[in-house]
Amino acid sequence: MIWNEKCECMPRKELEELQLSRLKAIIHKVYDRVPFYRESFEKAGFKPSDLKSLDDLKRIPFISKKDLRENYPFKLFAEPMSNIVRIHSSSGTTGKPVVAGYTKNDIDTWAELMARSLMCAGAGPNDIIQNAYGYGLFTGGLGIHYGGERMGATVIPASGGNTKRQVMMLEDFGTTVLTCTPSYALYIGEVAKEMGIDIRKLPLRIGVFGAEPWSDNMRKELEAKLNIDAMDIYGLTEVIGPGVSMECEQKDGLHIFEDHFIAEIIDPETGEQLPYGETGELVFTSLTKEAFPVIRFRTRDITSLNPEPCKCGRTIARMRRVSGRTDDMLIIRGVNVFPSQIESVLMEIEETEPHYEIVVERKGMLDELEVRVEVNERLFSDEVRKLEAVQRKLQNEIESVLGISVKVTLVEPKTIERSEGKAKRVKDLRPKE
Amino acid sequence: MKVKQISIFLENKSGRLAQVTKVLADHNINLRALSLADTADFGILRIIVNDANKAVNILKEAGYTFGETDVVAVEVPDKPGGLASILSALWSAGLGVEYMYAFVKSSGDNAVMIFRFENTDKAIEVLKNNNFKMLTGEEVYNI
Repeated sequence: MIWNEKCECMPRKELEELQLSRLKAIIHKVYDRVPFYRESFEKAGFKPSDLKSLDDLKRIPFISKKDLRENYPFKLFAEPMSNIVRIHSSSGTTGKPVVAGYTKNDIDTWAELMARSLMCAGAGPNDIIQNAYGYGLFTGGLGIHYGGERMGATVIPASGGNTKRQVMMLEDFGTTVLTCTPSYALYIGEVAKEMGIDIRKLPLRIGVFGAEPWSDNMRKELEAKLNIDAMDIYGLTEVIGPGVSMECEQKDGLHIFEDHFIAEIIDPETGEQLPYGETGELVFTSLTKEAFPVIRFRTRDITSLNPEPCKCGRTIARMRRVSGRTDDMLIIRGVNVFPSQIESVLMEIEETEPHYEIVVERKGMLDELEVRVEVNERLFSDEVRKLEAVQRKLQNEIESVLGISVKVTLVEPKTIERSEGKAKRVKDLRPKE
Repeated sequence: MKVKQISIFLENKSGRLAQVTKVLADHNINLRALSLADTADFGILRIIVNDANKAVNILKEAGYTFGETDVVAVEVPDKPGGLASILSALWSAGLGVEYMYAFVKSSGDNAVMIFRFENTDKAIEVLKNNNFKMLTGEEVYNI
């Protein structure tokens, strides 16, 4: 089902006209009201009146995560605080957080986008949504919550953590849709198993998973272990929160709600806009946000765009599942390494549960990459040579994908930290320059 | 003629062996035989205990990764050539030994060796035909 057919299935020409008129308005607004944009436009020799077509967007300078941090907390807001009804913030683990403000209309837009997303994932007004994204400054909890209510579903504001209680609610409340990070969903499955509950027999049918990169192999594992459709949702605090794009039942890319956002792909090195289909860094411009508009925000997420109409009926473009983040990218001995590449190898070797950790260390002058994998009962053998064969197989396959040498270490079960939010898969122990 | 052996995955770092043996000791599990195979990174502790079922539950509870394997306990004449005679009988029958280790206690005048075979049933047959004495699980657990 489609929540808003008019907007999600609009002919592309009509959509582009709508985008252009909205873009003109927002460009004028930020130029008039946000000193950062005025300065950056002027430096680039760009005036709002120069914007004649969508193609002119290329002439507008980018805004980076660093720019957002430097304007902490409220300097990029385009509305007075009296019009702002809500504040969210990113976690700020790598510096000052990014603070997002919302007007009443922004909250309304966001609920609309999340209602579209949930329905795009296959949910409907009769569903019981257990929302295990964290409630608070993080956009995941409240974003999903408002969208679920807007759609008319029953929302359980479970928030993250207290996993045994999550399992209890899945069973007792008859939850049909679970929303959380994919790694937490796997953990819930594990805890249910320990509690002796067969999660596959519960009414749960859909998982809406996001807030961390995950692979198609992890989808297969989640679908098999939880007996659900595992759907990918995408969003960022800087752009609005969850509900920027969402997979439909085709599971072939995430539909971007283009009446509210313009997506571009650029070459992360040169900043050149790339044509449809090419892989590069995703850039977003918000078209309707009032309090905290972003113009050409560089997400650092790596993906590609596909503007072809989808079998589901939607005409809005799709982005491929995010394959990595330029932030998460590790440069080891000059080679770009994404944790998602390592994860997909581990998942392909069927017997391995994705409990792993990537450790990068500097030994002498050389960076060393170690992947620590928990040994489960299916991997285990009482013979040393068979265990060593497993170790070698993992090592060879990771090396062939990454193109650099790696040490695989088999470790005891439950020795790698479990996450209740975003998975911490990487330990970079190299000295910071 | 099969004896239940438990093999436990351990990381090769200090205290791991002490920890697992303590967990078993705390529940009154007595080790009848053991062998440790190790590499630089990990080890496999193979044990035969007085109560395998109980030990399995304890290990599961404590979160270890382990497996259960059938092995064979064979009495070996405690004199030069005792072991060689067993091995040559197996070799003649084309049977491979995955690994073996000595039992701590002896059975009467004889030593006891634990064998892990590729083909356990076939090996038992060959040993029987060659009149080697094997111990039953019960005998081993209570020796």
